[in-house]
Amino acid sequence: MACIEARGLRKSFGATVAVDGIDLRVEEGRILGLIGPNGAGKTTALNAILGLTPYQGELKVLGRDPWNDRDHLMLDVSFIADVAVLPRWLRVSQALDYVAGVHPRFDRAKAESFLGKTAIKRTSKVRELSKGMVAQLHLALVMAIDAKLLVLDEPTLGLDILYRKQFYDSLLNDYFDRTRTIVVTTHQVEEIQDVLTDLMFINRGRIVLNCSMEEFESRYLEVMVNPEQVAAARALKPLHERQVFGRSVLLFDRADRQQLAALGEVRTPSIADLFVAVMGNQNGAPQGAAQ
Amino acid sequence: MTTPPNALPESQIPSQPVAAVQRPAAQLLYWSVRRELWENRSIYVAPLVAAVLAMLGFFVGLTQFSRTHRMTSADPAHQFLMLVMPYGHTAWLLLITAFIVGVFYSLDALHGERRDRSILFWKSLPVSDLTTVISKAAIPLVVLPILVVVITAVTNLVMILLNTAGLLLSGLNPIALWRQVPLFQMELVLIYGVTVLALGQAPLYAWLLMVSAWARRTVFLWAVLPLLAISVAEKLVFNTTHFLSMLSDRLIGGSTDAFSFITPSGAPVDPHFIPLSQITPGKFFGNPDLWIGLAFAALFLTAAVRLRRYREPI
Repeated sequence: MACIEARGLRKSFGATVAVDGIDLRVEEGRILGLIGPNGAGKTTALNAILGLTPYQGELKVLGRDPWNDRDHLMLDVSFIADVAVLPRWLRVSQALDYVAGVHPRFDRAKAESFLGKTAIKRTSKVRELSKGMVAQLHLALVMAIDAKLLVLDEPTLGLDILYRKQFYDSLLNDYFDRTRTIVVTTHQVEEIQDVLTDLMFINRGRIVLNCSMEEFESRYLEVMVNPEQVAAARALKPLHERQVFGRSVLLFDRADRQQLAALGEVRTPSIADLFVAVMGNQNGAPQGAAQ
Repeated sequence: MTTPPNALPESQIPSQPVAAVQRPAAQLLYWSVRRELWENRSIYVAPLVAAVLAMLGFFVGLTQFSRTHRMTSADPAHQFLMLVMPYGHTAWLLLITAFIVGVFYSLDALHGERRDRSILFWKSLPVSDLTTVISKAAIPLVVLPILVVVITAVTNLVMILLNTAGLLLSGLNPIALWRQVPLFQMELVLIYGVTVLALGQAPLYAWLLMVSAWARRTVFLWAVLPLLAISVAEKLVFNTTHFLSMLSDRLIGGSTDAFSFITPSGAPVDPHFIPLSQITPGKFFGNPDLWIGLAFAALFLTAAVRLRRYREPI
């Protein structure tokens, strides 16, 4: 059974279509990065998956209908919807008490041990914690829940680089065990490149790219072309072209590695570069417009 | 849940956990109510402050008792009233405090969580919207009435002990005081009274909760203006005031039906001491207005549950 399965998932707000008929299948044990520009429909899609918003089309999360069965679904699904949703009046000890009281899969000792590695005091209120500490607290609560699916929507927005690094490190080392599934959206794409197993670009409510990271690495290649071979390289129909230090960097989809190696230095592009390439084309810019 | 064919046998155990069962409804409700008390400490702080004020007022009154004592009339009924009045005051002060706290609490209950976006955290836990709304409705309808009863009992007990000490210090016998002040009876009438108010005012609180789940801002105005508009429209169109009188009836919880304020001998009953013999539960429960009101309360709360399901942070 797939962890998330959607067919023709659609959601509109008045005349604005936020999610425009998405077909989606996320298997268990994957870490999926959902990448898209602001307003692409990422949060709306996640809200549908979490049962926070009604939708059209078919959607099953862990075999349940999220909109009609949110409270049961939340036994197996955790989410951090935003960096700052913990109420400011809540004490750390109260947060532990409450989640332990309502969640049968919450391991309090585990949460305490995560908190033990931080400077967070049990008697502090959320309003007394720094933004980074609030994220740590929320992550400690979520990681102590033995959930099958964890959804993270911009979990590190506004955090400094140390907290961001730590956040993904603890997630990978202390939480992810290959049976859980994680779906994450973020604008800090470069930070999750090594974390992901799957990648999905979404724009204007539609999926524009959906591949595993292995596929990503074998499919997309970036070449820093030798100046005299630029014309030859362009003839191979790159997806995108940009200039770095006066040299052309061309991004190819499904090109022959040997052939490219003759033109210059070949490497795997970053997700961010592919994102710019795909989105640039999506938004109607001609190929190679970066000149 | 199928295990991938290439998975190791050991990994089948963690990947096939026993289906988690939701916590029992009572436990979810308990933690939800506790959560409300953590967030809104005024629910118990305000009645406690009111109780302390009642005690202070009583203490100041005691020190001046000897002077006023001489001025009291020889009428035994009046003397009795003067004696029980401070204890009745405590109950009234707490009832009014609880009402104010309950109204402001209800206006904010389903609005505040959207304003501070914490609704996204609460909704990430396996607690249904129904449980949440019931726990929030329980504050004005169950928790505050219980607090009124308990705090009044303790306050009045402290007051009568203070009074006893005062009498003993001035060499007077306190037995008459204990015999004359019907604290137990007053407490029973209070328990009946808070029940009447909770049932009678239920549509009012439910309405406030529903508006707080619905309105994006200015909850108070959305709660009050439509009611005012209907009252004015009725007056202008039909020149009647049925809606307004229905509203004021719910505001006092239909308590005019719950007590008889005339004794069988035709004497008026002072609201500071309503004897147990003056309660009229038959009339109260027999009035269809109560049941219509409760039906509306259920309707408003159902709407609040639905609204919370659809609502996102503001």
